[in-house]
Amino acid sequence: MTDTPLTKNMHADGSPVDLAEYEASGGYQAIRKVLGGIEPKQVTGMVKDAVLRGRGGAGFPTGTKWSFVPLGPEVPNPTYLVCNADEMEPGTFKDRLLMERDPHQLIEGMMLASYAIEADVAFIFLRNEYRLCAERLARALSDACAKQYLGKKIFGSDYSLEMHLHVSAGRYMCGEESGLLNALEGKRANPRLKPPYPTTAGLFGKPTVVNNVETLACVPHIVNRGAEWFRGLSRTRDGGTKLFGVSGKVKRPGLWEAPMGTLVREILEDYAGGMRDGVKFRGLLPGGASTDFIVESDLDLPMDFGGLAKAGSRMGTGTMIILDDGTCPVGMVRNLMQFFSRESCGWCTPCWSGLQWAERLLGAMEEGAGEPGDIEKLSELAWMWAPGHTYCALAPGAAEPLESALKHFRDDFERHIREKRCPYS
Amino acid sequence: MATVYIDGKPYAVDAHQNLLDQCLSLGFNLPYFCWHPALGSVGACRQCAVKQFKDEHDTRGKIVMACITQASDGARISIDDPEAVKFRAGVIEGLMLNHPHDCPVCDEGGECHLQDMTVMTGHDYRRYRFEKRTFRNQDLGPFVNHEMNRCIQCYRCVRFYRNYAGGRDLNALSIHQTVYFGRNQDGVLENEFSGNLVEVCPTGVFTDKTLKRHYTRKWDLMYAPSICVHCATGCNVSAGERYGTLRRIVNRFHHEVNGYFLCDRGRYGYEFVNSDKRVREARLNGNAITAEAAREHLREAVERGRAIGIGSPRASLESNFALRTLAGPGHFFSGIADRDQRLVALILDILRRGPCRVPTLHEIELCDAVVVLGEDVTNTAPRIALSVRQAVRQRSFEMAEKLKIPLWLDDGVRDAGQDQRSPLFVATIASTHLDEIASGVFRGVPDEIARFGFAVAHAIDSAAPSSGDFPAARGIADALKGAKRPLVVSGASCGSEAVIQAAANIAQACGAALYFIVPECNTLGCAMVAGGSLDAAFRLAAEGNVDTAIVLENDLYRRAPAPDVDAFIGNVPHLIVLDSLLTRTAERAELLVPAGTFAESAGTFVSGEGRAQRFFEVFPPDGVRESWRTLGMGRWSTLDEVLADLPAELPGLARARDAAPSAKFRIAGAKIAREAHRSSGRTAMLANINVSEPKTPVDPDSPLSFSMEGAEKKPPGALIPFFWSAGWNSIQATNTYQREVGGPLNGGDPGVRLIESSAKEKSYFAGVFEEFPAEGGEWLIVPIHHIFGSDELSLSAQAVAELVPAPYVAVGRESFAQNTMVRVEIAGQMFLLPVRIRSELGARVAALPAGIPPLAGLPLPQRGTIEEVK
Amino acid sequence: MLSAEEIHEIEAEAQHYPTREAVLIDALRIVQSHRGWVSDDALRDLAEFLHMTEADLDGVASFYNLIYRKPVGRHVIHLCDSISCWIEGYAGVRRALAARLGVDFGETTKDGRFTFLPIVCLGCCDRAPAMLVDGELHVHLTPDNIAGALEKYA
Ligand SMILES: Cc1cc2nc3c(=O)[nH]c(=O)nc-3n(C[C@H](O)[C@H](O)[C@H](O)COP(=O)(O)O)c2cc1C
Ligand code: SF4
Ligand code: FES
Repeated sequence: MTDTPLTKNMHADGSPVDLAEYEASGGYQAIRKVLGGIEPKQVTGMVKDAVLRGRGGAGFPTGTKWSFVPLGPEVPNPTYLVCNADEMEPGTFKDRLLMERDPHQLIEGMMLASYAIEADVAFIFLRNEYRLCAERLARALSDACAKQYLGKKIFGSDYSLEMHLHVSAGRYMCGEESGLLNALEGKRANPRLKPPYPTTAGLFGKPTVVNNVETLACVPHIVNRGAEWFRGLSRTRDGGTKLFGVSGKVKRPGLWEAPMGTLVREILEDYAGGMRDGVKFRGLLPGGASTDFIVESDLDLPMDFGGLAKAGSRMGTGTMIILDDGTCPVGMVRNLMQFFSRESCGWCTPCWSGLQWAERLLGAMEEGAGEPGDIEKLSELAWMWAPGHTYCALAPGAAEPLESALKHFRDDFERHIREKRCPYS
Repeated sequence: MATVYIDGKPYAVDAHQNLLDQCLSLGFNLPYFCWHPALGSVGACRQCAVKQFKDEHDTRGKIVMACITQASDGARISIDDPEAVKFRAGVIEGLMLNHPHDCPVCDEGGECHLQDMTVMTGHDYRRYRFEKRTFRNQDLGPFVNHEMNRCIQCYRCVRFYRNYAGGRDLNALSIHQTVYFGRNQDGVLENEFSGNLVEVCPTGVFTDKTLKRHYTRKWDLMYAPSICVHCATGCNVSAGERYGTLRRIVNRFHHEVNGYFLCDRGRYGYEFVNSDKRVREARLNGNAITAEAAREHLREAVERGRAIGIGSPRASLESNFALRTLAGPGHFFSGIADRDQRLVALILDILRRGPCRVPTLHEIELCDAVVVLGEDVTNTAPRIALSVRQAVRQRSFEMAEKLKIPLWLDDGVRDAGQDQRSPLFVATIASTHLDEIASGVFRGVPDEIARFGFAVAHAIDSAAPSSGDFPAARGIADALKGAKRPLVVSGASCGSEAVIQAAANIAQACGAALYFIVPECNTLGCAMVAGGSLDAAFRLAAEGNVDTAIVLENDLYRRAPAPDVDAFIGNVPHLIVLDSLLTRTAERAELLVPAGTFAESAGTFVSGEGRAQRFFEVFPPDGVRESWRTLGMGRWSTLDEVLADLPAELPGLARARDAAPSAKFRIAGAKIAREAHRSSGRTAMLANINVSEPKTPVDPDSPLSFSMEGAEKKPPGALIPFFWSAGWNSIQATNTYQREVGGPLNGGDPGVRLIESSAKEKSYFAGVFEEFPAEGGEWLIVPIHHIFGSDELSLSAQAVAELVPAPYVAVGRESFAQNTMVRVEIAGQMFLLPVRIRSELGARVAALPAGIPPLAGLPLPQRGTIEEVK
Repeated sequence: MLSAEEIHEIEAEAQHYPTREAVLIDALRIVQSHRGWVSDDALRDLAEFLHMTEADLDGVASFYNLIYRKPVGRHVIHLCDSISCWIEGYAGVRRALAARLGVDFGETTKDGRFTFLPIVCLGCCDRAPAMLVDGELHVHLTPDNIAGALEKYA
């Protein structure tokens, strides 16, 4: 059996690992170790060597991100670490598990990241609907505070760290890191332009690192067991294990920790048990709503940050959504566009207006009111959302399922228009 | 300088700027919405897309937004690239999804940036076949009309209103396709600069509500370059007329003065020109007489001898000079009360003597530490308060520079700088709107403000006299000493010489720029014509030495207490008044002669900056003429002739002549048209009277024609009647009149500065303070200024009048309850007024709103008594 | 006026931030948790307390979907309408819920018991379809089991 550091301590009954248990299994040793004489830069170095890439979807190398933060006594205080626990990407349900079942793992990861970037304050930015996470994180934070693992001079060192839980008030845009910063400042969660990069002027204008829950949860293990071990967990160049999920009409929808680079087919068939009886596989979104559809012929590609490029897609959050042959691909894309359109912050034109249009076009098709030319208009809209064409990555994310659906399931779109009805209903 | 290749050709650009700015400066028609030269770039609308290539071998390139891309040396871009063209077409199509296409009934039609950009991108066919989103509109008060369905979500309105002007009652509400720009609830927009929304909004969401009442399309208005008459700032405006009524005011860009923005008093005060209180015909003892007869009467009065002239700070330099010439220098009085005249004389003396420079408004925006002494700037010179708001951003600019964030990248600068502000200290009688961005405030009566100011000066330079112990002074002194470009703003509005002296001391001590706010549009000009004070005229009359008093555009009841004015009028056998409005003084005239308002005259004002600026007739003459013409009695037939005579008599005003080109100026032999080429119905306008095409009236005073015939080329700054370029029908055409976008107008910014300081040496005032608190049962009664109410002319403007507060007396918390009726006795008069609590006011200090009838004319500060009416 | 409890809770959150304005979202949430929704009066009270304007507050309040600017019922049902739930039969569940409640998305039942709203992916796609009632998660919904799920919310 392969090593599953992120989930190995979790209880099958769903109850959380508490502080005592966490410590008993080697928890809070990594932070003790670094406070005992490892320089912040060395921690960053370890994370770089481990080839830890961000699990929030974009896969940015974590150590590299940390290394952009200015260190030293002249840097204006405070520096911030923010854990992005907004998990709202449709089809994604991995961070919830980490927070509900092993909150101290995340907290220790945040301590280590904070130490590496010399942060004084850390926030967990949690989506409102994750009520159980909020309860368990709050409990874990207060337990850690009570033992003076957080606060002034933690573990008797010279390093002080405050950590707060911020519960959001909704909106997918809060997950986009700069939108998140605005939300944390009490503002509308519109994204921000770069420069300034958050690492130089982020939250409240101060140096800030934003990392995903899963990214941070990996860090204690890297510090404990070394970069080489972490790289060895993976089957490919990107280090570590990864939480992979499957939803849709498979036999065993669920979430599993597996080596980075596990093949799509293995996840679909071995972990999720393959398609349910009576339905056939047509395609899947590999990692949440903002990734491109892949089809049968792509199933032997590895799930890592580059592995799906050949299929014109990407791993995203690593939680797959399966399209079966009884489900209308046009309806599926319509549902996705409804989501993106509703969650568009309303700042840049191609996004707010294009999504409104795309949603209506797809709706018309589904309701038998599609017209010739609609497919071309949809591709035009998707092109309008290409990276760089819009202000942030929300609309480019919407373009991915739309464009790839138009490529892989074009017949379905054409039939809707030709037959003036949804053939699946 | 750097080189950027645009569609293969090299162009010299400013590498500190963004590509959009530079493309527009180079004359390319690159469409945009969210960008604004004064508001910077945010990259929201995505309309300004161009293709950028890595190097000469890159043929694919990528689409970038010009407004958020640096014009760096060697950059290669294409505007004409088919993908860039397609993208821009896609953006405008997207922007128009929900737009109602109601141009025919939209007030913006014909001067709409959205129309212009739609044409520019070639979007002409609607493909979106679904329902549009619709909104409910709000009643935003008398100035601004709201029609949200036309919104394209460019965010300019809130960026101007909130970020630039500091307004907080308008916001972007909701999200995605339904972002709503409005107030939380219906209600009057609170910000003093709300009218700029009309120009900032690129479509017809925010339009001019006063224009709506007498609506005319942009191209059907007749315009002239003009100067705002509602305070001393000297904002440049463009005034438009049709069928004999003034229809609206829009901003006339001046890089050094008003930039792109006006205050609401300046934009909406114009309606006094159409007021039914206008004097339209000459009257003798209340009976209409001909202009001829009026002139004859005037001539006789002067020939009888012992005639005096009383000038006016709201009349032009030329009219004041004409009166002085008519009455003789020894018999000319400024029309300003003695105490106010002393303040202005002191200000003039300080400015002339130096060593402090009077900053332009643009220079104020660059100052990095500001002290305001005694002025409620937002209410006495509103446009300057808007500049001070920009000045406090200097610190965030410095921070951005350190982080290598270009200063035009508006959101980047704000995200990095957050709420960092340069120091601003406000020492005033009562709270002001600038307090919210101030690092410190000081409250006191004028005398205390002065003492405080002296203490600051002393803390900076111990050679400056001290005035007592003020702990806060030290911190302010340090901030000013630490600043690269400190500024002191003060003025005459709190009626204290000591305050003015204190401001001069501070400015000298730290080498700051020094701006004095004076009350009226030509206060400095009038003072420079140099006459005795109004009190001196009163004394002369009281001695029986005046047979006729000729009062020029001046309501003496606003200058002095009513009993004194009554006495003066009683002492003068013949009172001649020239005015545009039927004032209380005009009502008492034996001979009343109509005077042209700024819109019916040409002349010169000298602003608080000491800048002489020319305004021109908007209306063709229709009987109402400039006072200088009336008073010249045939001596001059053109404005140029008056100006030619000025230097010999008043050398300090000699350069006023150069404020604008003379009437002889031509562009390739042609005059400059006041009307657009598209002006419609020219031959039909008067067809109900006469079907033959009327002769175009002649304007001897300017090179502007009262027609649509004129030069092809753009006129110099002082002569721009309106902004228009082919393809640019909205006010955004301003871009095409500038040397580079946002910079000075082609040919330089209009006007001449008459006052430049000479001395290098400091010379401090010693400081003499009046004692306070008042004795016995007395109160010290101080003035409070109101943007809507304290200015005389805009009181007669319909929309402004709606916002003028009813007379009241303000007191601190201890003495009376809110709304108690009290009897205020002051300067020999008695008023019954409701109490308003202003908790900043100290014990036995009360305040009256300045200039609001019937309280106008009271010399404030002044001691008085206040008692509750039982 | 804010209640002492509301003020206490807001002040506790406010300590985490360097600026007063930053507590706004927490404050809106707190006020809503006490009053059910953020009425115009609540907005005014909060604006006064935070020294901000109602427009400042509403710009933020109207951005976030979990701040209610309209009254809601005693219980709020959030039915996930995102992709995995959609695939797993969201439409049938929605129809059944709407029929049972007699109201559709955005509406409140006449007796004021339930407000019915859509919500984005609840992060339990492997147990789809899902909904929240008063923040409590219900999974594996079918048109037949929703009645039971709603019973305990009086
Ligand atoms: C619209 C949008 C929503 C996002 N939502 C999330 C999210 O919920 N959680 C997350 O970790 N990252 C999210 N991201 C990615 C973040 O912007 C950011 O890249 C990430 O938090 C960085 O963390 P990492 O480097 O550890 O992956 C989102 C991005 C976009 C464009
Ligand atoms: S792509 Fe544009 S409108 Fe869409 S969410 Fe990002 S910034 Fe907002
Ligand atoms: S002007 Fe460049 S994005 Fe709006």
